[in-house]
Amino acid sequence: MAVTQVKVDATEARLAAIPAPDKGAAWIEAARDAARARLREMGLPGRRDEYWKFTRPDSLTAPEAPAAALFEMGEPQVFDGFDRVKLVFVDGVFDADSSDDPALAGVEIERLATAAQTDIHWARETYGILEARGQTPVPRPLAALNTACAGDGVLIRATARAEKPISLIYRHESKTSDAYLHHVIRVESGAELTLLENGPAAARFNKVMEVDIADGGRFNHVRAQGRDHERRAATHIFARLGAEAVFKSFTMTVNGQMTRNECVVEMAGDDAVAHVAGAAMGDGDFHDDDTVFVTHDAERCESRQVFKKVLRGGAVGVFQGKILVKAGAQKTDGYQISQSLLLDGDSQFLAKPELEIYADDVVCSHGSTTGAIDADTLYYLRSRGLPKAEATDLLVLSFLAEAVEEIEDDALRNEVTARLGAWLARRRG
Amino acid sequence: MLEIKNLHVKLKDEDTVILKGVNLTVEPGRVHAIMGPNGSGKSTLSYVLSGRDGYEVTAGEAWLDGVNILELEPEERAAAGLFLAFQYPVEIPGVGNMTFLRTAVNAQRKARGQEEISSTDFLKLVRERAKTLDIDAEMLKRPVNVGFSGGEKKRNEILQMAMLEPRMCILDETDSGLDVDAMKLVAKGVNALRDADRSFLVITHYQRLLDHIEPDVVHIMSAGRIIRSGGPELAIEVEKNGYADIKAEAV
Repeated sequence: MAVTQVKVDATEARLAAIPAPDKGAAWIEAARDAARARLREMGLPGRRDEYWKFTRPDSLTAPEAPAAALFEMGEPQVFDGFDRVKLVFVDGVFDADSSDDPALAGVEIERLATAAQTDIHWARETYGILEARGQTPVPRPLAALNTACAGDGVLIRATARAEKPISLIYRHESKTSDAYLHHVIRVESGAELTLLENGPAAARFNKVMEVDIADGGRFNHVRAQGRDHERRAATHIFARLGAEAVFKSFTMTVNGQMTRNECVVEMAGDDAVAHVAGAAMGDGDFHDDDTVFVTHDAERCESRQVFKKVLRGGAVGVFQGKILVKAGAQKTDGYQISQSLLLDGDSQFLAKPELEIYADDVVCSHGSTTGAIDADTLYYLRSRGLPKAEATDLLVLSFLAEAVEEIEDDALRNEVTARLGAWLARRRG
Repeated sequence: MLEIKNLHVKLKDEDTVILKGVNLTVEPGRVHAIMGPNGSGKSTLSYVLSGRDGYEVTAGEAWLDGVNILELEPEERAAAGLFLAFQYPVEIPGVGNMTFLRTAVNAQRKARGQEEISSTDFLKLVRERAKTLDIDAEMLKRPVNVGFSGGEKKRNEILQMAMLEPRMCILDETDSGLDVDAMKLVAKGVNALRDADRSFLVITHYQRLLDHIEPDVVHIMSAGRIIRSGGPELAIEVEKNGYADIKAEAV
């Protein structure tokens, strides 16, 4: 399909506004050129694109990012109490001074800006490759933009079971409006890695994470987004799973004017498991979009999508989730649920659950619901002495629990629950 | 303690009148039982006293220790010392039983201007009171009432009652759906809480429960009114002859 002139102009304007990253080795320059070409072929997302029907892309595609005040997170921050390897990015640039020594047994950690200067690097097999694979059947232009323009990020290769998580912390300290980060993660056969992410990165944050999990590898991902309300973010995860590989990703989103999280998972090896989950809460002009695409291309794989959103005061929640089962992906077990809790009549939840199945021996289900707080349950709690606001918050946590329970690790799960509770309590004042 | 005067209640959205002038006084330390056929208004009385939405009080008052509780929010009634053990306890997925108990205890303490209970004191208290009701650590950890058997749910109600230490306890058909052993366990829990300052209003269909929680006064309710009051022997009469005779007499 030809790209309209409007899109061509918008795309060129956007590309022109982004400073080019430092020139790197041939492999990364080739990947960037290819991504730029891909992007020009697709054009930036437009309001009339089906995939952007529920989320207006304007603020994500405009040449200039809308202004956003710096946000003081206050102390302590999420995951602070955890034994972890901290890697800090300030305004989209790796900050070695604030970071821990990137040394972890069985794990290689490098920043993209450095690796990009190396002629031969393992990441050349993945950088931009998984992103490009994820462009069909649905184009994801903002991811191609990232591959073309990102100058920094982290490259992680796990060859054994990492004894502690790697924690990516994003800080927004200057008036820099945009930040682009591109992470590449490779979990080798039998290795295991947990990755944490949190912090406001920029007024407008564009992030891509490519995750390649070899046979029997395990990758756990827990991300906390938000609180900095003026932030806008477009993030992509592209994951490819080998046989018996496990991929688990959970995202907590509280506030943020515009968040579009896309997760593209390819089950390439038999008996792989992928769980993608999210819990989101927001008020007012909060717009939160989870777009998930899981492709089953091997036998006996299991995939789960569990997304819960709590919306109030005109907030909008979007879920677009798809399970594609290719011919031959027999014994697929696919599950998808998206639910919203609307705390008033002004908020809305827009959901597009999709199944596309070409194999004949599979179990796939999907469901989507929108509801309000249950009056009987609220009364039960109040009859025990909980004031209405507190009782409502408890029921909000109860509603989000199914998604939060997708986090395997007890301590991380408790941390996320505590953060969600703290946010509710702060909002209650 | 509790004084209900000429209470008239209808459904909020319909014309159906349910309570047609209930008068009832429960003195401190006493156990009153209310029996009556289906649809007589027993459960409605318990809901109206605890503040459930959907009912409209058209006349009458309900005083608890000098406060007309009908003017209070449900949580204020709880803080004032009222507790209703539900006939159908609600399941709350994702909220641990222990968390729920502590939140409730602290909410009431806060409402009364008391300090929050410390974690250690709370744990000690829960363990001790749970033991009486044969509630194990596993049940305390699980989400509130989720996957609980009928008996477990009712025991859990009594545990909440034991933790919240209300002055006026209403038990709405706590015996429904329980086998004999479970009923004995629940009754034991209730009896352990009986003292000179705490009163009970026990709503039940059957005399059976009253063998285990012995009432001081028994009331028979029919068509929205209390039509007869007496001693424990009244419950035995009902068990033997049903409600027909008493209803006929009242007319």
